[in-house]
Amino acid sequence: MSTTAREEVARHKQSNVMLSRVAGNLYWMSRYLERAENQARLIDVNLQILLDFGQIGAETLKAHWLPVLRSSGDEEQFFKLYNTADNESATDFLTFRLENPNSLISCISNARENARQVRDQISSEMWEVLNDAYHFIQGASAKKIWNEGASAFYDQIKRFSHLFQGITVSTFSRVEGFEFIQFGKYLERADQITRLLDIKYHILLPKASDVGGAVDTAQWHAVLRSASALEAYRRYYVADILFKKVVEFLLFDENFPRSLKFCCEQMASFIHLITEASAETKISEEPMERFKVFCGRLSKLSVDEIFNGGMHQFLDTAQIEVGAIGAHLYTSLMYHPPVDLQAEIRFQQQQEQQQQCL
Amino acid sequence: MLFDNYQTENFFDEMFTADGSARPHYQGVSDALNAVTAREFCDKQNAVENAFMRGGVTFTVYNDSQGTERIFPFDCVPRVISAEEWDVVERGLVQRLTALNMFLHDIYHEQKIIKDRVIPPQYVLSAKHFRREFMNFEVPKDIYAHICGTDLIRDRDGNYLVLEDNLRCPSGASYMLENRNALKRTFPELFQASGVHPVNEYPSELLKVLQFCAPANFAGDGAPNAVLLTPGVFNSAYFEHAFLARQMGVPIVEGRDLVVRDFKVFMRTTAGLVKVDVIYRRIDDDFLDPSVFRDDSLLGVPGLVNACRAGNVSLANSIGTGVADDKVVYYFVPKMIKYYLGEDPILPNVDTYLASEPSDCSHILANLEKLVVKSANEAGGYGMLMGPWASKAEIEEFRKLIEANPRNFIAQNPVALSRHPTWTGDQFEGRHVDLRPYILYGEKIVVTPGGLTRVALRKGSLVVNSSQGGGSKDTWVLKK
Repeated sequence: MSTTAREEVARHKQSNVMLSRVAGNLYWMSRYLERAENQARLIDVNLQILLDFGQIGAETLKAHWLPVLRSSGDEEQFFKLYNTADNESATDFLTFRLENPNSLISCISNARENARQVRDQISSEMWEVLNDAYHFIQGASAKKIWNEGASAFYDQIKRFSHLFQGITVSTFSRVEGFEFIQFGKYLERADQITRLLDIKYHILLPKASDVGGAVDTAQWHAVLRSASALEAYRRYYVADILFKKVVEFLLFDENFPRSLKFCCEQMASFIHLITEASAETKISEEPMERFKVFCGRLSKLSVDEIFNGGMHQFLDTAQIEVGAIGAHLYTSLMYHPPVDLQAEIRFQQQQEQQQQCL
Repeated sequence: MLFDNYQTENFFDEMFTADGSARPHYQGVSDALNAVTAREFCDKQNAVENAFMRGGVTFTVYNDSQGTERIFPFDCVPRVISAEEWDVVERGLVQRLTALNMFLHDIYHEQKIIKDRVIPPQYVLSAKHFRREFMNFEVPKDIYAHICGTDLIRDRDGNYLVLEDNLRCPSGASYMLENRNALKRTFPELFQASGVHPVNEYPSELLKVLQFCAPANFAGDGAPNAVLLTPGVFNSAYFEHAFLARQMGVPIVEGRDLVVRDFKVFMRTTAGLVKVDVIYRRIDDDFLDPSVFRDDSLLGVPGLVNACRAGNVSLANSIGTGVADDKVVYYFVPKMIKYYLGEDPILPNVDTYLASEPSDCSHILANLEKLVVKSANEAGGYGMLMGPWASKAEIEEFRKLIEANPRNFIAQNPVALSRHPTWTGDQFEGRHVDLRPYILYGEKIVVTPGGLTRVALRKGSLVVNSSQGGGSKDTWVLKK
């Protein structure tokens, strides 16, 4: 490039900065879409395992869906809207109800709304996928997907998410925004995997002797599929679905991109990049240290230790740790409390007065 | 043959002469469209609409996330302007914007045009958008209106007339660009033989304008930091704001992203506060700064006006340009051109009466059922009376309004707007059109060769505004 051409470029290059609000929008866009993908898989798999059981009574159905509804904390809202938890009410609630903040339609609308606020920042292709997903789910209904095949519907939702991730990797510059997108994605994924394992913990087996039996195995099978992990697991542990192995795989596998450990390590590396890029903003170190300690624990813990200490307790702790570091970064870098408008107006008017006195 | 039953009736038709033959500059388009079947045309029309929906080139009907989204209707038949016609339009627009900027400088300084009695003082001083706080304020490079969208129409004889100037935050440029993209994808074959001027320079020209008008004291290493200030995602033009910001590669900011300290504007970024030098604002004066203008505005930035007065940030367009697109001031634009430039206007105004002039007023009140009455400061087709189509009650309502506040009204003879073949779902029919070209004033004045052709989709309607059933067309300017 000639000198003049280079000067020409320099003259047109603006300083490369990212609004805090934009960082926040990218982060939430990514989280909501990841949540939608996990939710879609979860609903799909649960619908499918119910097929394996053949005829089941209303009580069993309810017992099956309740832990799923509880996992995202929306049980109370559910029973405001429906009398009982069965396939139709559960899919409707988890997929199409805006009253449920974690329903697919809420997640996708929120992902898109966040993207819409930063349309100038993301590529057109990224935007179009989210927009397509939004119109796709807007045009569907529980009745329609029951008629046309629920699986195909949830597959399509997953495909939107995968497509979005692929397009993001191939069209989004590796600048700060990318790091917020990835941080949000892995955080959401880490959170979801703990919730998924917790669901299995809550699903009661018909009889104690069923542990390790056909139903139990079918359920662990479903857990793996819900995490898109069945094939990866099989490659690793061959054919047997052993619950300890499943838990170990989903929590501690080094290489599987949805395991808790993998997600937390990715989060740590993106946190590093983010804080490096925004070094001028003062961020309190203490929560970062705490997260590092938690990541360290993940490398040392064994499955037996977790079972001894209580699996539910461990999953709870993990959710809290992951949530805390997310909240810390969000409040430090992505969110500014709105200005007190009246105070700001007074301040500016006083400034103007002082200017006139000079 | 889709044009076989086409009737120009008693109007100036853009494509066909009165005897039904295609005008020379439309020959290519007319031949190509005649070779298309109704079915094929429908398919293409649907494909474009789907593409707009996918791309989110939409506006929200209700202001919430569940609201229905609609595309702005688009008609696939392009409007074509010959090189010769465009030459006149372009010179006329450059002349007009030059004079309007001289007018803005003058009335915010010496007010010679008032002292020389070319414009009566009360019309300027009483204009709603006249900002006396900005008297004797020097704007960077002495440019007030950097971005202008002027609405042109053609009468029964095909003469171009200026209907109004938009010197505040004219919108629609993004549709000019998106319409072109859409038509290129749908009818690539139409373009090949025609020699159409591209319009896609607009965003980079706009960015150049913004950088050119950086504050005089700007002393950074690279380019000045320009941003686009939007009222936010619920604004009906938000798509356009995001589109232009993206095309220019500048951040799109909301009021809450900016803060003023020491008379300088900063944006709140992940790396702390970063100074802003130029703001392409898509917020009206009234909402810009709650510490100076409307104090209930949550859209603006407290202190922005102070920063601007201190010469630390430039605004495009500058504050107070609205006085020049007041519809009463519009009446005087031909006189301004004569006064400042010593030239005759290349593009005439529509014949206009001022309700505040007693002789005009009695004419207006006596002929309400024949005239178009407009409020001085409304846009978007609101606050208007279309006399020949109005009910008795509407006419009487306007009579009262005019008598109560004559300063606020003008009247014009209705113009039989030119018509253009437009797809109605199964055939082409003539529909009335106007033209909004976009003019940028930076180092020099540049008119983008094209613009937004708006079309009144309802049969017989003369109102082209998108809020009132209007759609748009791609607009071609042919190369010489």
